[in-house]
Amino acid sequence: MARENEDAGMAEDVSKAKSQRKSKAKETKTRTVHANTLHDFAKGEENPSRRYANNRIKTTKYTVLSFLPKNLFEQFHRLANVYFVFIALLNFVPVVNTFLPELALAPVLFILSVTAIKDIWEDYRRHRSDMEINHMDCLVYSRAEKGYVEKYWKEVRVGDFIRLRCNEILPADVLLLSSSDPDRLCHIETATLDGETNLKQRQVVRSFFDLDCDFDPLKYNSVIECEKPNNDLNRFRGYIIHQSGKKDALYKENLLLRGCTIRNTEEAVGIVIYAGHETKAMLNNNGPRYKRSKLERQMNVDVFWCVIILLVMCLFAALGHGLWMFQYGDKRPVFDVLSPEGTNLSPIMSAIYLFLTMIIVFQVLIPISLFVSIEIVKICQVYFIHQDADLYDEETDSHLQCRALNITEDLGQMQYIFSDKTGTLTENKMVFRRCTVAGVEYSHDANAKRIAMYQEMDSEEEECISHGGTLPRRDSVGSHQSARVLRSHSTKSHRRTGSRAEAKRASILSKHTAFSSPMEKDITPDPQLLDKVNDCSSQLDFMRLHSQPMSQLPSDLSDVFDFFIALTICNTVVVSSPNQPRQKVRMRFELKSPVKTIEDFIKRFTPSRLTSGSNNSSSSSLNRSSNKGGSSMQSCPSAESTLTKLNEEQSSSVMEHAFSPAPPSYDGKAFCTPDEGELRYEAESPDEAALVYAARAYKCSLVGRLPDQVTVELPHLGKLNFELLHTLGFDSTRKRMSVVVRHPLTDQITVYTKGADSVIMELIRPPITGNSKGRRQKKILCRTQNYLNLYAADGLRTLCIAKKVLSKDEYARWLQHHLQAETAIQRREELLFESALRLETNLQLLGATGIEDRLQDGVPETIASLRKAGLQIWVLTGDKQETAVNIAYACKLLDPEEELLTLNADSQEACKLLLEESLHYIQAKFLCSSGDASAKDFHANVSSFEIYPSSPLSSHAASDSVHRLGLVIDGRTLAYALDASLEDTFLTVARSCRSVLCCRSTPLQKSMVVKLVRNKLKVMTLAIGDGANDVSMIQVADVGVGISGQEGMQAVMASDFALPRFRYLQKLLLVHGHWCYSRLANMILYFFYKNAMFVALIFWYQFYCGFSGSAMIDQWYLIFFNLMFSSFPQLISGTLDKDVSAETLQQLPQLYTSGQNSEEYKPYMFWMNMIDAFYQSLVCFFIPYFAYTDSDVDLFTWGTPITTIALLTILLHLGIETKTWTWMNCLSIAFSVALFFTVALCYNASCPTCYPPSNPYWTIQRLLQDPVFYLLCTIAPVAALLPRYFYRACHSTLFPNPVQVGRQLDKLPADTRRNILSLSRVKMGSWLSPRQPSLPVGKPQNCTQKDQRGTEAPAKRAGAESVQQGPAHPPDPHSSSLKELGAKNDPLLSEELQPASTKDPSDPSWVPSTQMDRVQLNLPPSRAPPCVTYVRSSETALSCEQTPPCSRGTTAEAELYTAV
Amino acid sequence: MKEEGNYANRPSNTAFTQQRLPAWQPMLSAGVVIPGFLLIGLAFIGIGVGLLITSRSIQVLELDYTGTETSSPCYQCTMSNQSNCVCKLSFSIGTLFKGPVFFYYGLTNYFQNQRKYGVSKDFNQLIGDVSYFKSPSSDCQPYQRVNGKPIVPCGAIANSMFNDTFKLYQIINGKEELVPFDGKGIAWWTDYNIKYRNPDYTPLKNAFNDTEKPVFWTKPAYELDTSDASNNGFINQDFLVWMRRAALPNFRKLYRRITEGNYKDGLPAGNYSLEISYNYPVISFEGTKKVTFSNVSWMGGQNEFLGIAYLVIGSMCVVMSVVMLIVYAKFRFPEED
Repeated sequence: MARENEDAGMAEDVSKAKSQRKSKAKETKTRTVHANTLHDFAKGEENPSRRYANNRIKTTKYTVLSFLPKNLFEQFHRLANVYFVFIALLNFVPVVNTFLPELALAPVLFILSVTAIKDIWEDYRRHRSDMEINHMDCLVYSRAEKGYVEKYWKEVRVGDFIRLRCNEILPADVLLLSSSDPDRLCHIETATLDGETNLKQRQVVRSFFDLDCDFDPLKYNSVIECEKPNNDLNRFRGYIIHQSGKKDALYKENLLLRGCTIRNTEEAVGIVIYAGHETKAMLNNNGPRYKRSKLERQMNVDVFWCVIILLVMCLFAALGHGLWMFQYGDKRPVFDVLSPEGTNLSPIMSAIYLFLTMIIVFQVLIPISLFVSIEIVKICQVYFIHQDADLYDEETDSHLQCRALNITEDLGQMQYIFSDKTGTLTENKMVFRRCTVAGVEYSHDANAKRIAMYQEMDSEEEECISHGGTLPRRDSVGSHQSARVLRSHSTKSHRRTGSRAEAKRASILSKHTAFSSPMEKDITPDPQLLDKVNDCSSQLDFMRLHSQPMSQLPSDLSDVFDFFIALTICNTVVVSSPNQPRQKVRMRFELKSPVKTIEDFIKRFTPSRLTSGSNNSSSSSLNRSSNKGGSSMQSCPSAESTLTKLNEEQSSSVMEHAFSPAPPSYDGKAFCTPDEGELRYEAESPDEAALVYAARAYKCSLVGRLPDQVTVELPHLGKLNFELLHTLGFDSTRKRMSVVVRHPLTDQITVYTKGADSVIMELIRPPITGNSKGRRQKKILCRTQNYLNLYAADGLRTLCIAKKVLSKDEYARWLQHHLQAETAIQRREELLFESALRLETNLQLLGATGIEDRLQDGVPETIASLRKAGLQIWVLTGDKQETAVNIAYACKLLDPEEELLTLNADSQEACKLLLEESLHYIQAKFLCSSGDASAKDFHANVSSFEIYPSSPLSSHAASDSVHRLGLVIDGRTLAYALDASLEDTFLTVARSCRSVLCCRSTPLQKSMVVKLVRNKLKVMTLAIGDGANDVSMIQVADVGVGISGQEGMQAVMASDFALPRFRYLQKLLLVHGHWCYSRLANMILYFFYKNAMFVALIFWYQFYCGFSGSAMIDQWYLIFFNLMFSSFPQLISGTLDKDVSAETLQQLPQLYTSGQNSEEYKPYMFWMNMIDAFYQSLVCFFIPYFAYTDSDVDLFTWGTPITTIALLTILLHLGIETKTWTWMNCLSIAFSVALFFTVALCYNASCPTCYPPSNPYWTIQRLLQDPVFYLLCTIAPVAALLPRYFYRACHSTLFPNPVQVGRQLDKLPADTRRNILSLSRVKMGSWLSPRQPSLPVGKPQNCTQKDQRGTEAPAKRAGAESVQQGPAHPPDPHSSSLKELGAKNDPLLSEELQPASTKDPSDPSWVPSTQMDRVQLNLPPSRAPPCVTYVRSSETALSCEQTPPCSRGTTAEAELYTAV
Repeated sequence: MKEEGNYANRPSNTAFTQQRLPAWQPMLSAGVVIPGFLLIGLAFIGIGVGLLITSRSIQVLELDYTGTETSSPCYQCTMSNQSNCVCKLSFSIGTLFKGPVFFYYGLTNYFQNQRKYGVSKDFNQLIGDVSYFKSPSSDCQPYQRVNGKPIVPCGAIANSMFNDTFKLYQIINGKEELVPFDGKGIAWWTDYNIKYRNPDYTPLKNAFNDTEKPVFWTKPAYELDTSDASNNGFINQDFLVWMRRAALPNFRKLYRRITEGNYKDGLPAGNYSLEISYNYPVISFEGTKKVTFSNVSWMGGQNEFLGIAYLVIGSMCVVMSVVMLIVYAKFRFPEED
């Protein structure tokens, strides 16, 4: 696939190259940074940092001098431009020239200068912004001044010391050496880099950590070795070498990146490591993406054909000229002109010369202005898409962004959509729903009720939007519209604060925390669990007072306690107070370190554990934090001395200090009323925030987080400080995160792990069989697993919480390795990963949580209409299978009426087998529908002018091969299926399914799937996602769409289009995509037609001028025809024409298929247009020819009418093709005609001696007095356009295609139209089309029998299981579900062992018999209302309180059906 | 409630930006198309009939005098390089040839529209700029210089100027009576007055010092019409007519008009004799020469094509509308009402 990266980063490359050249003398793999203060420039001492790029940025491509050559050079990279220049230059060769050479240059110069002006303008804007940035101020240390002086950004150099103040923007990549923050932290906001709004903490380099006073640059004498500049924002490795020879590792946590903003930190000092273009921000700054659209690729093929046609025409003419010359032999006629030398030119030579001449004459055939016109039209289209108020999201004040400017028409040709789930289909607003602790489920009914209330409020506002909870609406079209309109301001504002997201921009503006609507924050605790928590903490309190060991706590209570501690601290949430959202809440309790031997040992190995970072008393620490500046003049002890001091320090017991309450004054000030609304949590992911808020609801609230400690407030116990030893962050491979803390109550080193259930469950320590504890654990494990399944079935996101207690020895051993990993420069990531794996084993399961991720507004409707539009929608998600399936039902991706093929295999062979079986199954089951070819053919014929608004069968041309099947595949199976040997089978299976759901897939798999489908099926793919894990898939797809949602901007940065909400995809594709495609397709076709028609006129003339390359059309008209006379109307209609109105396009998504099938621009249409062009040119040529035959007409008096006729014909042709006439269309056509006559009149009156060789002086003036001229201008266009007009008229009145039907619908009054559209199965084609289609909607009759056969076996099975389902209505809903689940698992497990080969493909009963290819036959519509199944996830929640057992029963039933 | 500042990015809600400009959607529905076709067809048929009648009223008389056949009176002139060969062509007119009668000479298979031929002239010479007399434009190659002297007027067009001359006699009672020709105003007014000028020299001859006449010419440009200064040099009407290149290889050019004396109302019936001084060679390229007498209407000379074209297109429109009507009536649905 042609995909070119435009050299936007050219300037960067150049500067990079320059810097590389400079540093070539000492080419190493690392960069060495010395402080500039060490080198006195006055003495001319060579500073090694000189070699590095300075901080001046220059993103401009050109300078005043280099503009012309460089811009021309770039423009000539386009082959077309070279071609046109070649032609223009050819005109300067006397033997072949036709036009005034200067004139021939005009079009090329025009095109080049238009592009150049555009480039100048862009470059000037870049220059302006560069200037602005380069002249920003910052404080740089000056050795001469012995202090910091203000300098421009551009004067900053590598090795400079910079002082940064709060809210300043970083001028370069700076290594943090000192911070006014007592914790030696510096907070930065990276919104400009990655769009994430939460503050990031950066740490002072370790060796400078203990510097207690201000950093003195003059005393700095270390050398920094770090890696070469690179663009990885999340990586920085290096070490600092002190004069003492001590080395210290540097991490990305030490680096402040250019473009970030300093927050919450009064002052920080750092040394510049990378400057200017070598900063990570600049290296990441890629230019806009350049893709070539499908239409453009198709167009290029036809441009190639045009070249062929041109060459054939030239060759023909050359041959003709040779023969013409040859027939005269030696007898030269009087009108022959000899060569300048007076010698006879041989016919062969003159033929060769003529060939070149003809290329010049016929150059118009290659549409020089087409490329420019397309760019102009696309810019206009992008403008209109930007301006669409329907794509504007009020909540976030953001509208759609088109980041790629040249693939708008691809939006109208999509065939496959690959969607992420979380954050794309769903809000990514995590609401804590329920949890299970130690095997006991807490259903949080009150909480569910509360959420239901919010949802009700929501649905009052937008009745039509069903978040998987309301019944499906067949006739929602009408109410949809009205409900939108009725939304009042008050509800809107409620929505903003209430149920929906304060999205990114708003949160940046307001500086409030992200992810915090009341719905997520105010969690109503489950009374049972709340009791337990209270119980637990009061007991703990009691025990603490009585100095009892903590281990005496009953194990269920201790699990509850640990569970909430884990929820609270196992995250990276930053706490801020609401009044000053960006001010970190400072809660420092001094931990007097115990100086036991083991602790000391640990301490020596853990410089990162900074618990006792300050040797001051707690009061002085607090003092300093509240009163910075003042203590700045204290002496600076070296790092070593601090450490020794620490060790010397004596203290009593851990317990005492851990429990020491905060100083009363401080406590009283800040936390006198520690109610929930007080603190805000800033989380990197919404899951974390949801869990922390949930824990807070149980009075277990996170009140402070520092890099070395976490403070938790508990009832009775007050504030507990957890010494944070390590944080092993989340990554997508491990799918978990852990914190290592020292538990203040037990003084044990404890690991809390939180992660995906599939991962955690494997890491749980196998329960010791035999004793009671082991049995209990086994029970917990089993129960939790069941609840997890239940949660997933409800569409909740599940997380498992586990813990592990480490002995000091174990910890010490692990620590040793971990530290090695941390300090390693090579392979650090891998080593850290391995280290994390070593730690996270043998865990003890505490419980699990279920978090709901609500569907976004309008997702089911959007998916439904996109599917009607013939788009195949695949969902690729990292979530677990059950969750994904349920969300898929909720958003109507899967239909309960359709069968579900589930592929789960653990090996390549199993996967292969499964795929083949599925294939057999599909073939067997749907044999009749594909076998009955005649019916199918008839259907295919009829469907072109039939519209079934609600029938998916006719929606897609390929619908015959797409069955009502859903495919679910998990990540592991996907990995096997994507293997080269299986991918074809996989694709065949996947193709025949209506929807595909890939769960548990990694980002790489996502992109592989997209790539596979795109390359193998040769279809247009669109990938939509919101997170960093979608970036690869977005980049691979033909069109990448990013949702500018909660998870930062990475997806948006990688995307071609960025949408605020998923539902806008509908209008973007169905309306704008369709328009853009049909506009451009028509414009391109028109362009080809226009040029061919014009050029053919001259070609016909060659037969009457001895093929001498003479033209009856004046050179001016010939050259400016494309550029001026005929260019405006097509630009206008290419920008504004609407074949069908936006409303109809959205209500009839089927119309989208015209773009998918490239119906507006099929290859044959090019040739049809060519033929039409040749026909029209014949008419336009021969009518004047015969009208003037045997007359005394002179060349241009005859040629000018032809030009006029051609122009009129071409404009009228556009008129026929134009579907909507606005005043702009009329104006542009009138303008074109007027322009032609004005130019002609002026030109023909201007100069009697100029413009050789034509000089048509006074021609048009005479013609305008000639009645024949007008007669010709009337008849020729009519005769030329008659066939096309007749064809169009017949086509649209007698055999309208769906698009034309749509147009006809547009003409109807609005209410009539709505009536027609709301009738679900009205055959709209039929009342307009002559033939009454008789094919039954749905499957052919003879298929039903087989269908039943297919359902027989599962029906039996369902019957068998319904025995077990018998006690499905006991008072306790949970147990019923449990039993049901158990029933589901056991037989399936046993059958998994059966050899698959025993199954006979011809017998349909084998099909649903293994778990691996669990073919889930749908509920026959008669047996149960279909909505029950897919609504249940939230329906349950709604109806749960009223009749809990009953609704459970429904769930169980549904569950059963799903299991079958 | 809503503050504008909060919605800084809200797109402006205008008909243009929202693509809701009031528009007319022409539907090619049968109700519009069929009457439209019929109307256009009828109008065209009307025009066509008018044109045809006009064209039929024009009288044309064509006489070929190439002399390729031995029976032709000009046959002997084609035989050898005879200078000043004169041949006489006799013809008779049955009825009055209505005036004013235009007298044309015609050439066939003559490519005045050839590209290299068309380029070969110098506008600046022809507008009377003497400086270009000395150094003619290189476009005139190879008719730029002869024997080192510049050619005025240079170029192939001027060089190949048609040089047959005609005299028409009416034979009244066996006596030949000269029919007076009017040679004024046969060229374009702008050519005569603006585009072509003689250099401002008296006598005109002086301007042509040190120049050569075109190689095919028998007399220099300043002797084209010695009797009338306003028809001499570059503004000689025959020269102007020739210099205006014909569009097609078969063409005729106006030679004279018959507007004077007894023949003001046309050529009366009778016998005529055309005396031709046969100079121009056309046999070599298989061309023919002819003369044409014609009178003109408002739409120029006789040409039935335009009228027939209008008739054909008009009837096609009518046929199409009928066809559509039939098809439409056949497949028409009750819902249409």
